[in-house]
Amino acid sequence: MKTENVSIKIGGEAGYGIMSTGFMLSKVFAKKGYFVLDTNEYPSLIKGGHNTYTIRVGTSPIYSISKSIDILIALDKKTIDIHREEISYNSHIIYDEQDYSSQDIGGKRKDLNYMAVPFTKIIEEVKAPRVMRNNVALGAVLALVGISFDLLETAIKQQFQHKGDKVVELNTRAAGLGYKYIKEKLNNSTPYSLEEVKQKNKMLVTGNDAVFLGAVRSGCKFYAAYPMTPSSSILHSFASIEDDYNIVTKHAESELAVVNMALGASFTGARSMLATSGGGFALMNEGLSAAAMTETPLVMVLSQRPAPATGLPTWTEQGDMLFAVHAAHGEFLRIVLAPGDPEECFYLTGKAFNLADKYQIPVIILLDKHLSESHFSYEKFDSSKIKVDRGKLISEPIKEGKDYKRYEINSSGVSPRVVCGTPGGVHIANTDEHDQHGFSNEDANNRKEMMDKRFDKIKELVKDIDPPRVYGPPEAEITCWSWGSCKGPILEAMKTLNRDQKKVNLVHFNYLYPFLVDPVVKLMKDSNRNVIIENNKTSQLGKLLMLNTGTKINNRILKYNGRQFLPEEIISGIEQL
Amino acid sequence: MNKKETELKPEDFNTHIRPTWCLGCGNYGIWNAMKRALVTLGLKNHQVLAVYGIGCSGNGTNFTKTYAFHSLHGRSLPVATGAKLANHKLNVIVMAGDGDGAGIGGNHFMHTCRRNIDITFIMHDNRIYGLTTGQASPTSDQGFKSKSTPKGVLEEPVNPIALALSSGATFVARGFSGQVKHLSGLMVEAIKHNGFSFVDVLQPCVTFNKKNTYEWYRDRVYKLEDEPDYKSDDLMQAFEKSQQKDKIPIGIFYKIDKPTYEDGLKQIERKPLVDHVISDVDINKLLNEYF
Repeated sequence: MKTENVSIKIGGEAGYGIMSTGFMLSKVFAKKGYFVLDTNEYPSLIKGGHNTYTIRVGTSPIYSISKSIDILIALDKKTIDIHREEISYNSHIIYDEQDYSSQDIGGKRKDLNYMAVPFTKIIEEVKAPRVMRNNVALGAVLALVGISFDLLETAIKQQFQHKGDKVVELNTRAAGLGYKYIKEKLNNSTPYSLEEVKQKNKMLVTGNDAVFLGAVRSGCKFYAAYPMTPSSSILHSFASIEDDYNIVTKHAESELAVVNMALGASFTGARSMLATSGGGFALMNEGLSAAAMTETPLVMVLSQRPAPATGLPTWTEQGDMLFAVHAAHGEFLRIVLAPGDPEECFYLTGKAFNLADKYQIPVIILLDKHLSESHFSYEKFDSSKIKVDRGKLISEPIKEGKDYKRYEINSSGVSPRVVCGTPGGVHIANTDEHDQHGFSNEDANNRKEMMDKRFDKIKELVKDIDPPRVYGPPEAEITCWSWGSCKGPILEAMKTLNRDQKKVNLVHFNYLYPFLVDPVVKLMKDSNRNVIIENNKTSQLGKLLMLNTGTKINNRILKYNGRQFLPEEIISGIEQL
Repeated sequence: MNKKETELKPEDFNTHIRPTWCLGCGNYGIWNAMKRALVTLGLKNHQVLAVYGIGCSGNGTNFTKTYAFHSLHGRSLPVATGAKLANHKLNVIVMAGDGDGAGIGGNHFMHTCRRNIDITFIMHDNRIYGLTTGQASPTSDQGFKSKSTPKGVLEEPVNPIALALSSGATFVARGFSGQVKHLSGLMVEAIKHNGFSFVDVLQPCVTFNKKNTYEWYRDRVYKLEDEPDYKSDDLMQAFEKSQQKDKIPIGIFYKIDKPTYEDGLKQIERKPLVDHVISDVDINKLLNEYF
């Protein structure tokens, strides 16, 4: 039977290789040229607890995972109990009879295909450690979807090469036996056979990977961070390449140190970035304000997770948007960007560095756990699309006798910035209110002039940012309004809704601040029925829209249980409007 | 960097703004000592980045003509660290008070010491919060009465010298702003030191600290270099001297050579980060790793 797409969920305890199994499976699909999207769910635990890895693979673009699962791989008992009802009609469960006897399962759902695979027995036979049971399952899945084994061998090699040949060999053998077991059991038939695709080998990246890649391409030279889920993998990525790309990566003593180190490096002329989550960003607020007052460019990545306080450290939410828009004391310009998928993460990061340099202001890139840690498949990013524009940056000596004013007032509000250490350019970057040279100044007129100068930047800035993008039919019965990572599930839902003649489109914001009022007002006028879709409790985009346009959108589909939207939830939400 | 090469005089490091410190403030001594030190080292204005904290010491940003970053309260050390990592050819000097260094920024102080990055921290230690009109500071003596501690400070004071020593600093000294020439000499040694150098400067606040006055310090200070048996590479001896209370030793407590933080960074071996061309960074190899 040929299928367009397949959903696979792997479940088990933390520490038993759920992540690596899932990732290798995604990798095999991407290597084959299929579209893949995967996401992982895990509690804040090193070992134990219940972890899942969900993969959706298909022959056409995949924007999100779906509610129903076609193949459930249960590496422990809990997995079947928790996820049994998510499995679609007549689908497959792969499990080990040592964990779960068929008697336990029988009667609960008769429509499912229960495929017992002796994970443990196979592992014992090849004398591999128990942790490698996941590889048996991995092989079994490949046989179910009819993909040849050699791609898995390559993926295993890539994943475990650093642990030595012995580990690679054992993992491969275990996987091979799982593959063989199912092949024989199914008599070579494949219940889920994906059409062959002509597409090439695809890259598999998370939002964090894409931000990292965009930053390296943009010439980021200094990266500082304090580890915090879900932003930590950006730190690991930078740390792993610092010698190859001449970048200094600093795991600093605190978030306070992080933001101030990045400011120091940026003041000196190096492109600087940091990443954190809401709690860390809260600590960095004073530094954000300092970047604004000293007009020091700074790119800050804020990957959201459910809060307040420590919240749900390993889960997802879009609860920090208004915080980012209004963060820190005082009134000042900043840019808030919200990519919706890794591709947007890559190109918007390039844009973030240019905007920070050009306008000498802080730029905040909003991600969330779902976007930061889920893998998406793409053709290779086009790095030539990222151009480096450092704005008014002077690194040549300034002629003697010329009166250099770091904070010169001009019509654009952007003054030429000299690289620290340049002869003739001596000045103060001052967190106190200051005059055009940077000297502290409490004069009332000066204060007003400098405030105006810093805000004058908005005149040019608004030309450099894009209005929200409309996806789907230009004229629709229902218009969804959303931002960031909700994009995927909404696009996925629209596939079904528009097939049913519902005619739904999406207005999606990549640029949240500054807010472009006119194009948004026009979009509102053109739309029939509006609905806001957000991963938070209080509809922060709704508030932002109301604040800037005076229009309230009453229909809302909000989700705030720490999980990202599933397209089915959006479909039913829209159907109930 | 010998003396002949320099054309600058101490007053060439003055800006057009005259200091606003109270008459007789210990900051004048530190300011003069620093300008002299820069002259002695033959440094030009643009070769120096001074990072200031908040308070009376921070106001010094406006009076001294070098590249300067007037940072937030407590955050001068990380700003300086970032700047130094971005361009390790710069001479980076931090000018901040005991509030910045031992209070709100105490954590950064500890970590900058152990980092042994090549920057110099001159702590303006007046044992009081001056600009906020006279509250106790982390270095105020136990029992010290102030606006915020009318019954006297209950805690032990932070001992900046002992803290620096225990945190792994490779150059630890103490000066007195009433002895400008001696202090300037310490600053020269500190700036020349390859690694993190810390100078705790005893500084009277003539307006709010009526206890630790010039006279009080003059009666107590003595120079470590006058002690024939004192060895500045002996950590235990340095600790012992850091605990002395009846008399107050000034001079170099401790100085050793150790690899700096920058020495461990291969990526800046050839040139500073800021000198790398970034217009067309090739990430193809990196992108291929995601396939």
